[in-house]
Amino acid sequence: MRWRRHTRHLTGFLVVLPSIALVGVFVYGFIGRTLWASLTDWGKDPSQALAISPITHFVGLDNYRELFTGIIDGRFRQDLVSTVYFTLFFIAGCLLLGLVLAILIDHKPRAEGFFRGLFLFPFALSFVVTGTIWRWLLQPGGGVNQLPTLVGLPPGGFGWLTSRTQVFRFDWNHLPVIAGVLVAVALAAVAAVAQRARNRRRAVAAAAATVAVVAWTVGAAPDIQPLPFPEVHGFNLAFLGILVAAVWQMAGYTMALYLAGLTGISEELREAAVVEGATGFQVYTRIILPLLAPITLSAMIILGHISLKIFDLVFAMAGPDNARTDVPALLMFITSFRGNQFAKGAAIGVVLLLMVALIVVPYLRSQLREGAQE
Amino acid sequence: MKRLGSFVLAAAFASLLAAAPARAQEKLEIFSWWAGDEGPALKALIDLYAKQNPSIEVINSTVTGGSGVNARAVLKTRMLGGDPPDSFQVHAGQELIGTYVAANRMEDLTSLFKSEGWTKQFPPGLISLLSAKGGIWSVPVNIHRSNVMWYVPENLKKWGVTPPKTWDEFLATCQTLKGKGVQNPLALGENWTGIHLWESVALGVLGPEGWSGLWKGTLKMDDPKAEKVWETFGKVLDCANPDASGLSWQQATDRMLKGDAAFNIMGDWAAGYMATTLKLTPGEGFAWAPSPGTGGTFMMLSDSFGLPKGAKHREAALKWLRLLGSKDGQDAFNPLKGSIAARLDSDLTKYNAYLQSAAKDWKSNKVVGSLAHGAVAPESFSSQFGTVMEIYLAGKSPKAAASAARAIADQVGLGK
Repeated sequence: MRWRRHTRHLTGFLVVLPSIALVGVFVYGFIGRTLWASLTDWGKDPSQALAISPITHFVGLDNYRELFTGIIDGRFRQDLVSTVYFTLFFIAGCLLLGLVLAILIDHKPRAEGFFRGLFLFPFALSFVVTGTIWRWLLQPGGGVNQLPTLVGLPPGGFGWLTSRTQVFRFDWNHLPVIAGVLVAVALAAVAAVAQRARNRRRAVAAAAATVAVVAWTVGAAPDIQPLPFPEVHGFNLAFLGILVAAVWQMAGYTMALYLAGLTGISEELREAAVVEGATGFQVYTRIILPLLAPITLSAMIILGHISLKIFDLVFAMAGPDNARTDVPALLMFITSFRGNQFAKGAAIGVVLLLMVALIVVPYLRSQLREGAQE
Repeated sequence: MKRLGSFVLAAAFASLLAAAPARAQEKLEIFSWWAGDEGPALKALIDLYAKQNPSIEVINSTVTGGSGVNARAVLKTRMLGGDPPDSFQVHAGQELIGTYVAANRMEDLTSLFKSEGWTKQFPPGLISLLSAKGGIWSVPVNIHRSNVMWYVPENLKKWGVTPPKTWDEFLATCQTLKGKGVQNPLALGENWTGIHLWESVALGVLGPEGWSGLWKGTLKMDDPKAEKVWETFGKVLDCANPDASGLSWQQATDRMLKGDAAFNIMGDWAAGYMATTLKLTPGEGFAWAPSPGTGGTFMMLSDSFGLPKGAKHREAALKWLRLLGSKDGQDAFNPLKGSIAARLDSDLTKYNAYLQSAAKDWKSNKVVGSLAHGAVAPESFSSQFGTVMEIYLAGKSPKAAASAARAIADQVGLGK
């Protein structure tokens, strides 16, 4: 008996062994290799950049220091800012549009199936196809800019992918203060939620942390100057074109997620609310939206990691050299494979990985914990 | 039964692998980005090679993407992985030298140049661009010119202006044209065409010696003279269309042809586009002059092929290089590609009117290399030059742009 159980375990282990080995080498091994490369000077010396077996030296966090505080890496900082703004607007746009579409379809209009397919179709395209289509539509002298002429207005002149206007601008040197304020606000929110849930210990801890961060933000942060000169970054309006295309593609997918959630809400619950005297609007704000919260969270995670890593859509729409719509993933590609700065490219890759991990890891942990509780 | 089947399959596969090296002697793999419009020119070369060497099978590994944007990335992964193609296309000059020669990945071709007599057949300016570290590193197949200004003669006559000879004249002409209702006298396209325009301005402002000095390190990037380039560049940009970065170079050329703009500064592949694709007659439908201030200088770029160390079929690759440098090879390739031969003795009757005039200049002018197309600066510099351009466009400060260029030049060790 015992022997048999043993073999069953062994077979189970053997069955998953190949995938463990493959994932170990091709995912975690390569992540480790990239991390190591980012700590070296690979690419600084042209005679070693593409040598058969490059001799590299360990330089610690030099590449990261250059990226965040170096004079000539302003492009990376702008890309980082761009990608954060892009992620925020992209998630907001997809959630809002997806929810509206899902609610409309949930009202069972005529040809419901047709509309569902219609809105979901863009998701079936690859980003490269979407990018090419929208690139044509958003040409400065054509497509969308010609629309007003249909009703007799002069054609639009907005540079969807090329505008040089920036909004929501801030100085990179104020970043420590801004980060401090954001963290303090987040911690305060955690404290408030814990207080409400009567989790005293957590509330006190979060409140204490808030006070500490506020003190740091007021006391120490203004003295931290990453750059010796002011460097202003902001949201490039040229990203609006990319946003339009990205939301067009992913809103249908978000709609499908919400639709699944909506069908999970029982009819009895809605009827009960109506019997209790809730208006149609209240049914949504008080019953349905709170029940959809887990779906919103999943959608945010999925959309968030897509937009942080976005490469193909931008490449197809604006090309790799349009600095107005540059993102870190593109810069990583250009830095490594055009500029031969492999170490710096690896460092950009690691920064990207950390950003995505920041979103995905807490989510995975909460999922695993839920699984364990069940 | 199943097990037997998979065994047979494995055996068959193994025998395939074993058979491969036996036939490897008769192959040649060439790596390039010539597809689409440029495909027929490459095919003419391959056909010629096949005729001379019927026993060698040519493997044409093309990676599409204009100016090699994708091909260069693929090539780098192959070189890093220790799997070089037998011969690969690369922009002649620093794009090869700064990346692969510096890393000791190429074979010196000096002996080939001597035995074929190419040291005399190619102009000395070109040979010096191909040389570094005491060797010559690639065989140039074609020559394109970067500093050309295109216009439509009829339109200029209509507006009563002549092609300007200097940048000051250009700016004056620009004002005249604006007075006559031409909003944007200069047609400009997406980002790299901006760098392309910059190099014409820089050559015009600095002259050929100053321009070459920038790349040798004798004239610093933040020298007042180099700063002056950015100043002039800013004024020239005021004559260009503000929606430039949304247009391809062809669309920019189209604007000049349609009369929305008077001038377009673009490399002479534009002649191929206008003469072959749009069927315009050179000299009537479109005409050309050197970019303002650059008369007598030929800013060149060239596609070339080199021989990587560790090429699997070295002998076949050497035959390929010999063909590329020969008169027959160059005259088979270039009329189709829309470029001129690098050799000074090519048969001009095979070329159209524009190319004949370019070939004449090629023989008589001073030769300097292009920045935008990989001849004078290593990739580590040229790939970051777009950032310098951004810094200029964001603040319109010549000083900021010049010092950023200096910082990058110092970082990559330009001119060392």
